[in-house]
Amino acid sequence: MRCTMFNWASTLLGVGIVCGAAAGALAAERSSGLGEIGRIATEAELKAWDIDVRPDFMGLPPGSGDVWQGEEIWLEKCAACHGDFGDSNEIFAPIVLGNITEQDIATGRVAALEDPAVARTTLMKVATLSTLWDYIYRAMPWNAPKTLSPDEVYALLAYILNLGYIVDDDLVLSDANIEEIQLRMPNRNGMTQEHGLWSVTGEPDVNGDSCDTACEVDVAVTSSLPGYALNAHGNLAEQVRDWSPYPGLWTSPEPMTGTQAAAADDTSPETLLSQSGCTACHQMAGQLVGPGFDAIRARYAGEENAAYLSQKIVNGGAGVWGAMPMPPMPGLNSDTLERIVVWLTTVSDQTGEES
Amino acid sequence: MADRQQENGQLRLAPESFLAPELINDIQRHGVNESRRKLLRGAFTAAAAVSVAPHLRAGDDPDIVNIPEWSRTLGKPVAANPYGLPSPYESNIIRRQSPGLTQTDQASVAFTPLQNLFGMITPSGLHFERHHQGWVDIDPRRHRLMINGLVESPLVFTMEDLLRFPSVSRIHFLECGANTALEWGNVAVPTVQYSHGMLSASEFTGVPVSLLLERAGYDRQRARYLLAEGADGSSMTRTINLENALDDAIVAYGQNGEMLRPENGYPLRLVVPGVQGVSWVKWLRRLEVGDRPWAAKDEASHYVDLMPDGSHRQYTSIQEAKSVITAPSGGQKLLKQGYYCITGLAWSGRGSVSKVEVSVDGGRNWRVARLEGPVLPKALTRFNFDWTWGGEEALLQSRVTDTSGYTQPTRTQLVAIRGTRSIYHNNAIQTWRVGADGEVHNVQLG
Repeated sequence: MRCTMFNWASTLLGVGIVCGAAAGALAAERSSGLGEIGRIATEAELKAWDIDVRPDFMGLPPGSGDVWQGEEIWLEKCAACHGDFGDSNEIFAPIVLGNITEQDIATGRVAALEDPAVARTTLMKVATLSTLWDYIYRAMPWNAPKTLSPDEVYALLAYILNLGYIVDDDLVLSDANIEEIQLRMPNRNGMTQEHGLWSVTGEPDVNGDSCDTACEVDVAVTSSLPGYALNAHGNLAEQVRDWSPYPGLWTSPEPMTGTQAAAADDTSPETLLSQSGCTACHQMAGQLVGPGFDAIRARYAGEENAAYLSQKIVNGGAGVWGAMPMPPMPGLNSDTLERIVVWLTTVSDQTGEES
Repeated sequence: MADRQQENGQLRLAPESFLAPELINDIQRHGVNESRRKLLRGAFTAAAAVSVAPHLRAGDDPDIVNIPEWSRTLGKPVAANPYGLPSPYESNIIRRQSPGLTQTDQASVAFTPLQNLFGMITPSGLHFERHHQGWVDIDPRRHRLMINGLVESPLVFTMEDLLRFPSVSRIHFLECGANTALEWGNVAVPTVQYSHGMLSASEFTGVPVSLLLERAGYDRQRARYLLAEGADGSSMTRTINLENALDDAIVAYGQNGEMLRPENGYPLRLVVPGVQGVSWVKWLRRLEVGDRPWAAKDEASHYVDLMPDGSHRQYTSIQEAKSVITAPSGGQKLLKQGYYCITGLAWSGRGSVSKVEVSVDGGRNWRVARLEGPVLPKALTRFNFDWTWGGEEALLQSRVTDTSGYTQPTRTQLVAIRGTRSIYHNNAIQTWRVGADGEVHNVQLG
């Protein structure tokens, strides 16, 4: 909204009214127009998508399931990834490992979380049973999400809680008792929202220094990658442009090859000749099985020789450079052939000028 | 002369950059014998030019004197690539996984190659990937956004509906809360791609969340939080502070001028500037207005920060100010002494970058770096710093100060408060050690 305010001092009120009216009209036009976009969701649509369950169990569908039903479903649909007892770490972090004590369940704080040597499991961390119900219902099983019924989710959750010794094996978990069972979650008091990272205006817990000259800092290197680990992420030389001012380190155990550009560059003569099999018989300078490329280039410099060389390479021949025949190369891709011939014939004919 | 060869673990300039004019003359006069050829091995073009094209004088660049083939041939037609692709010479500049980081590729990460990028925008094809249950191709004609909860009436929008709303376009960074997570305890990865590559930035286009909530008639008295939910198999959910949602959050369909890439949420994702990536729910299908947080899986089991006393910080969302030198950086090598432009990125989830300083001696002395504009709130800011390397060992660091007055801490300062097991929100100053051999390595100090 743009308002030109000439002579604003004497007409301040008037301008204000004009602008306000215009802005109001625009807003009205906008809101009335926008009010037509979209439509009201139906009951069935809401039921299909509004599946979230909060810690106060708003959104929880009714139902029930027991530990033994849960075990049966678990073995069929869950154990392949999580292990029969939810303790596998092969694919995902373990759900339960037996690091929860009676004391934890009483206090609502898992003491083992203070011990860096103890691996964290889902049941050691999660404070709210609703979280597990919600997640299993919306996202499990891994390869067939949203195929479990509410009763199956209750049963699975009963089995998981029993694996963690949080409930006995005669539990029937249902919408009627889930709130009460949540009060047994071993880490229910282990979460805090008292920190500065929840809000953009939150107070930081750590802040850096402003010292900029002769600051007292310890510059001893305390950690670095051991040499044998440098290649754990592949050859670093391949992960940076090799023509940059700071190319990547060659960390592969394989012998160093030409530049990455040469490897990727199918127009580089070296690559073309090597990939096309030419270097089996020819080298850059001097006779090998066949003549050196230096001699070929010296003899056939000039575009007028391109057609002759092309047919010679494709059809092969003998007698030009000696008795050894050149085998025909009919499989050579025409693009590659053209590039090789262009390279072979593109040499200045000023031989001898330098000497 | 750009051509180089690598030999015996070293990177070397092509031979003609090293050869004395006398030797070149000698080769021109007497040809190349075995010992001379050894010097030239690998520099195919140069060697050939010198040996068989003696018109080249010392110092002549054969890539200039021998007119390159691309200067002598007819180029390709328009629309040969109807959707443009990077040069084939860029085929190694790609997203990469950290081997062994995850056991499945569906719940995994592919990191952005920050060491190779310029400016403040990440090419959409190199935007980092983090999925929780794989990524999906969604038909935009069949995609819907539902808004429900504490609203006058629950609404449903088609993509056509959403594109009718007045749109905004904003440049913002997107950083995973677990970026640099591998480095809490010790150095674990070799390059900035793996240490900081869960970081990207794009121009996002879409509808302000505030406009959609107004359209739905949200309950201004009771509304405190927003739940965002995806349409993929995981239907991932995150609680968003209403403060963030109303301030600058966007329901986005556009990314860098085109539609979002599928791996980044096509056709719809939430953009919550300054907040960790997990809250930017991809394939967004639903927003629910509520009065309490949801404690969803990724805010109750994952994305909770373990403190030394065994408590977990829940709903840690804001990405605090952070910076990193992207080049020269770990796993690279300075080929010669002399001038280098140290370059890097700085960002803050609490506002704009106000200052970046660079130290080449491990933090004892700092000088202010140049900020390349534009400097935008909650966006990546490119910084550059002039440095002349004299072959001495150096410890390169950058530190950012943002408009809230917050300065990026050292790793020692951060670990003193948070310990080493919190996984998330590691925004410590990064150190790259330059050896006398020019090799640059990831290190931690003191």
